[in-house]
Order: sequence, then structure tokens, then C-alpha cells
Amino acid sequence: MWLVNLCGLALIALIVWWFWLYRPPEAASLEELPEIVVDNGTYQPARLRVAADTPVTLRFLRRDESPCAETVIFPGLDLSAALPLGKPVTLQLPPLQPGEYEFHCQMQMYRGVLQAG
Amino acid sequence: MTAAAISARQQTLAVEGAGCASCVSKIEQALAAVPGVERAEMNFADRTVAVSGSAGSEQLIAAIERAGYNARAMADVPDEQALDDKTAADQTYYRRLLVKMAVALGVGVPLMAWGLLGGAMTVTTGGERLAWLAVGLATLGVMAFSGRHFYVGAWRTLANHTANMDTLIALGTGTAWLYSMVVVCLPGYLPEVARHVYFEATAMIIGLVNLGLALELRARGKTSEAIRRLIGLQARTARVLRDGKELDIAIEQVLRGDLVRVRPGEKIPVDGQVSEGRSAVDESMLTGEPMPVEKAAGDEVVAGTLNKSGSIVFRATRVGRDTALARIIAMVRRAQNSKPPIGRLADVIAAYFVPTVMIIAVLSALAWLNFGPQPALAFAIVSATTVLIIACPCALGLATPMSVMVGVGKAAEAGVLIRNGEALQTASKLTAMILDKTGTVTEGAPRVTDVIATGELGEDEIMQLAAGLEAGSEHPLAVAILESAAQRGVSPDRVSGFNALAGRGVEAQLAGRRLLLGNDKLMAERGIDCSARADVARELAAKARTPMYFAVDGTLAAIIAVADPIKADSAAAIRRLRDNGLRVVMLTGDNQATARAVAGQVGITEFYAEVLPEDKAAKVAELQAQGELVGMTGDGINDAPALALANVGFAIGTGTDVAIESADITLMRGSLHGLADAIAVSRATLANIRQNLFGAFIYNIAGIPVAAGVLYPFFGVLLSPVIAGGAMAFSSLTVVSNANRLRLFRPQEQ
Repeated sequence: MWLVNLCGLALIALIVWWFWLYRPPEAASLEELPEIVVDNGTYQPARLRVAADTPVTLRFLRRDESPCAETVIFPGLDLSAALPLGKPVTLQLPPLQPGEYEFHCQMQMYRGVLQAG
Repeated sequence: MTAAAISARQQTLAVEGAGCASCVSKIEQALAAVPGVERAEMNFADRTVAVSGSAGSEQLIAAIERAGYNARAMADVPDEQALDDKTAADQTYYRRLLVKMAVALGVGVPLMAWGLLGGAMTVTTGGERLAWLAVGLATLGVMAFSGRHFYVGAWRTLANHTANMDTLIALGTGTAWLYSMVVVCLPGYLPEVARHVYFEATAMIIGLVNLGLALELRARGKTSEAIRRLIGLQARTARVLRDGKELDIAIEQVLRGDLVRVRPGEKIPVDGQVSEGRSAVDESMLTGEPMPVEKAAGDEVVAGTLNKSGSIVFRATRVGRDTALARIIAMVRRAQNSKPPIGRLADVIAAYFVPTVMIIAVLSALAWLNFGPQPALAFAIVSATTVLIIACPCALGLATPMSVMVGVGKAAEAGVLIRNGEALQTASKLTAMILDKTGTVTEGAPRVTDVIATGELGEDEIMQLAAGLEAGSEHPLAVAILESAAQRGVSPDRVSGFNALAGRGVEAQLAGRRLLLGNDKLMAERGIDCSARADVARELAAKARTPMYFAVDGTLAAIIAVADPIKADSAAAIRRLRDNGLRVVMLTGDNQATARAVAGQVGITEFYAEVLPEDKAAKVAELQAQGELVGMTGDGINDAPALALANVGFAIGTGTDVAIESADITLMRGSLHGLADAIAVSRATLANIRQNLFGAFIYNIAGIPVAAGVLYPFFGVLLSPVIAGGAMAFSSLTVVSNANRLRLFRPQEQ
């Protein structure tokens, strides 16, 4: 039984590490991946590096039929955009101060981060 | 779509066929060669080109086509087509969800019925193993067909180190299926009492969740009804007059400066100024103002409103995304996606929710394995699965945005534009409301209310002379006199020797007669005795009317009273505000007597007269220092500092020509009922959000422990994963449906 308990506790530790403690590696740059694809409950790429202090153009392509995916919100920038299914949408962001800017769907289940630097 | 504006200054074209970076300079050069083009810059990333200058879009498109590419003008007008596409896509998704549900329930329901009717759900004999293996494979088919999106989504989010509802469903149903397959394939490794299969749970949960998603999709469609209605107001074509011809063109092609003809019964396609014709225009769809507004040469018309009676020609002043309608739609959309502070706690919880539920599921399984009765393993699997399935992050996540979406849309329908969620929430909590008198409580346009003849001249003759005298003046009171004369059908005579006496009045000569119009000070200066009529003047002042004395040849001929009339419904609207528990305060630059009279007529007991514009903000601060949460209502221009300082600034517009970006909340119509509506709708929305959040919290807080089995030691009750699946699917549907109740909200005008 102790082995089962140990496995259970290890599983909990894994959950904590995987979702909360893990630090992602370097984000993809906007030049490498110019389009953010919304599909299967995720933004791909979910971490994107952009230049600070210059206007940024992001291109979203929604492939996910779920209505959850239909709006992307940048709460820190007071910006949002409707994402029609299968049609690329270009979003102009103002020049960003260096730092991290989250973007997500209305319910925050789809999540991504812009790293301005 | 890219920010794109069609105007005489800048327009954006979408370019097709540009496959390489070298195309950029080719296209830019082709455009630069077009006469009237000042600058052309192509954005290769989104294949658009921004062109400055006076060249028409047709010329630009032709130039791009000559260069070997295709192009089309883009106007960021609200796109009905995009909405139709969305509806069609949602319909397709809805049908697919229903098919997936039908397949899953087609397998799950017979299995569940079998179990409920006493059929064996255990594996003891070789025959049962084979039969359950077939069922297991059929369930795998259900998972692959009906539940694929959950598993793919779960895998992708896991790889991204995030988790969502898909993760919980995939883990829950996957665990149940895997355990059941172990029972079927390797029964010898499990104690006999634990050889129970849960294929029906997997199939039923997938079916129910798909059903929930389908119903939620339907309900969500209704939450965007308001924006759909606003977009529907946009005309698709316009009839423009170019080179002496009338052309029916797409709305995107209308340029600033175009002359546009609108016939009775047609929608005004873009914003403009009437140059010909006369008509009544129904603006109720934008302002909430029920009465049609008369339009004649010089008047503004607004896109989306309905031309009722006559044919008019107007010059387009704002087109594309610059029209008031487009800006309203953009603002409503932005506000619908913003969150009031009340939703922040739910957001924080949502971010930690799914991993926490996974940990609870593991702990629950461990508890059953360590302390549970036999078959402990089966109990552990059931409880872990049920915990994973019953938890609903969606209900929490949807609680705030759905209500905001419906509430902000509902407000827009009533002509109330709310800038963002924070303004919505603060408006619901206001304790005091400051009203600027002129233009807010009153019309803001003085009118002649009384002409009291004191000599031999008749009223019309008095007005004819007074109008002649005031024809050269630009004072607001002069405008009132000229309008009054025009209404009486008398035309002003031409005067000579006009002289404006600052702060006192005006004088002039007409056919040898000396005309003098002004206040009591001017009369006293010129030795004209008005004392016999002092009681009349006092009476007028008490009714909030400003008396002016009119003398001819040194003798008092009349007292003309001018007043800024109180809006017909101000008193009723102010009563609504007071009934809502708000402390209503009026500020005015007018004198004490006028302020008292106006306040008395509209039922305001607290007012401050002779307040200079710059002191209005100080008054807001004073009330805030008293602990009040202060709303300030003004015209948005003169009251800007006070509006900015107030907890919520309300800009009250007359018609639609208002700076809709300038205040926290913009009231499209001039009536103060809009203000009472704004307060009512914000309170209703916040109440709705609270209900949703409460329901979502309680559901999860109560549901998860019950699923884990906390009731089992006391009552022997353990929730079935199938019931958990149903509850989860319908919890988010409940939240969306409750938000939709706000659609039925009707502000109570008295």
C-alpha cells in the first residue's frame, strides 16, 4: 500500500511541477512563427517574443470550432478581437513596454503570453 | 480585420496574389504613380496596403490590377457577412455536436439501461469477457468519434503545461475506460469484487458533455443579439451622386465628400450633413429616442437611422469605421469583452482550478484505497473519475463574461454606451449623482417663454422690432428671440446703429425709433422706469425665467422672458434616481433664484448655484471626501474635468453627435431616463454576475467533495460519474441561460 501512496504523492508532485512550477524555455519569435493558430483548446505558439517599443502586428487563425475560441482578449492592453473560423485576423498592437502580456479567450481556458523585449 | 478606413485621406486595400517580398515595392510603385496618391505602404504580413491621398479606390484597384495582382477596397464597416459566416459555422458545429452526442448516447444509454435493469456489469466468465471486450471496443469508437476533440485538446494543452475542461473530461473518461479494459483483459490481476466495468460511464459522459456544449452554443448565440441588431442597422449599399449620375454602390466604396441620396423608408448609409430636402428621421435604434427627428439642410444625419418621410441628399462626412454607428459597435464589442473587477477572483481561481481538481482526484483515490471498503480499487476509480468529471471550470469562467456581454448589449439597445466592465460595476454601486443643470436637466437651448406687453405695441410687433434689434447679435438669448419671431411668422426689420453693450444688452435705431433691449441695470442707466413691473420680473425669476426689458423711444414696451426649458421627463427620471437610493445634486453657473426654481421643479433638494466650470470638479471631490461614490453627468465637453474625476462620468448627448469615447458611460439621447436606465441596467447586470458566480462557486464547492465521496461514510451515497457528467454539462448551460435572462430586462420609465 505504501508504494501506491508514494505513487499517488509523486503524481501530485508531478501535477504541481507540470502546471505551476515549470518554466517554459525561450518563446518563439514573431519572425519564426508569424501566425498564431487557435486549435484544440490552445494557441500555437502560446509564448511569443516580440520587439518592445514598436507597433506589433499579430495574425491569428482560428481552426477551433468551439465558441470559446471566438474571442481573443489582451486584458493588459484593453484590446480584443473576434476570430472568425478559418479566416486569418490581423491585430495591431501598440508599442509595448518590455514585459509579459497575457492573452486569452473569454474564459481564460486558452492562454498565451507575449514577451516584449 | 485590419484597422482600415476609407476616407479621402487614407484607405486600405486588401491585395491578393502577392507571394514574395519583392511584390511589395512593385505594388507600392504602381500606387505611387496614381495621381493624387501621397503615400502607399504595403504590409506584407497581412497583405494589405495603406494609401494616403485623394485618389479614389477604383483608381487604386485598377493600378494594382495592372501590376498583376488583385485588390479590393476594405472598409472596416461592421460586417454583416462576418456575422452570417459565424452563424453558419456555429450551425455546422451545433449539428456536429448533436451527431456526436447521438452516437455516444446510442452506445451509452443501452449500456446504462442494462446496468439499471440488473444486467451484470462485472467480468466473471469467459463469455462476459468477450462480450465486454466488444463493448469496450465500441466505446473506444465512441471516444474516437464523439470525444476526439476532448482528447486532442487535452493532449495539446498538457503539452503546453496548461489544462482546461478537455483535460478533465479526457482524464475522467479515459480513466474509466482504461480501468474497464484492465478488468476485461487482465481480470486475474484484480480482486473479484473489483471486476466492474464502467464503459457506460465513458460513453454517457461524452454524450452528455457534447449535448451540453450544443445547448450552450445555442444559448451563447443569443448573448450577441444586441451587437447583431446594431450591425444589422448598417445599410449595404448607398446611392451616390457622382458626375451628375446616381450610382448604387457598396457602402465600402462611399467616400467622404460624396453626395448621397436617401429616399423615404431607406436607411441612412453613412454619416453626413443634409444639403437638400427635408425629412423626419427615426433615430430610435441608436438613441432610444422614440420621436422621429426633423432634418433639413445643415442638419447632421447618422448611419443606421431610418429616413421616414421625405427624400434627402446629404454630403458624406464620416464613412467606414468612422461613422457613429461603427464607433458604437466597436465600443460595445470592446466593452463586452472587458471584465469588471468582480470577475477577477473567478479568473484567478480558474487559472489554478483544473490542476487543483486533478490533485483532489488523486487524493480522493488514495483515501478510498487506504480507508475505503471493498472493492476499494473500484471505489477509488469511481470517485477519482467523478471528481474529474463534476468539476466545471467553464461555469466559473463563463459567469462574468456572459452577463457583461448581455448587459452591455442591453444597455446599448437603450442608447446607453458603457465603456468597460469597470464602469459597469462602479455605476451599479454609485451613491451620489451630480447633474449639471444646463443641457442635462434643461434643454440647453434658451427659448422665449413670455412676451408681456406693457405699452401700446402688440406682441407680434414687439417681436418684430426685438428680432430686428437682435439680428446682429450672436448672444444665445438673441438666438431665442430670433427663433421666437420666426415661429410667429414675423420677419425682422433692418436696423441701423447697432451697439452691443457687454453684460447689459443691445441698442439700435429703426425708422427713427430708438430700440433698447437688456437687463434692469441697462434700463436704470438710461433712466427708464421699470419699477411698476418689478413684481412681474420677480415672478418670472421664480419660475426660472430670465426677464429682459424692451424699451422703445425711452419707454418700457415689454418684458420678454427667456428660459432654458426643463426637459419634459427630467423630473420623472430624477425621481427614478432618488428611488434607487441615489443622492442627487445639481450644479449650475446660474444665479441662486434660477437654480432654486429649476431644482424645485424637478424635485432636487440639494443644489449649488453660481459654480464656475472649473469648480465642478472640486464639488465632485468634496462629495467623494464625504464617502460618496460619485457619478457626474454633463455634456462631456465643458464638464470634462469633473467627468474625469467622478467615479463614473456620464456624458449626456443630444442625438448621436456626442463624443462617445470621452466618458465612462455615454447616454445617446438627451433624456435623463437614459441615466436612470444606465444605473438600472448596471445593477441588474452585476446582480446577474453575482448569481452566476455564486452558483458556479457553490456548484463546484459542493459538487467536488460529494463526488469524492464525503457523504459515503454517513449516508452510504457515492455519486455516479454519469450523473456528474450531466451536472457538469448543464452547469455551464445554466450560467449562460441565467445571463440570457438579462435580455428580458426592461428599464422602468415612470
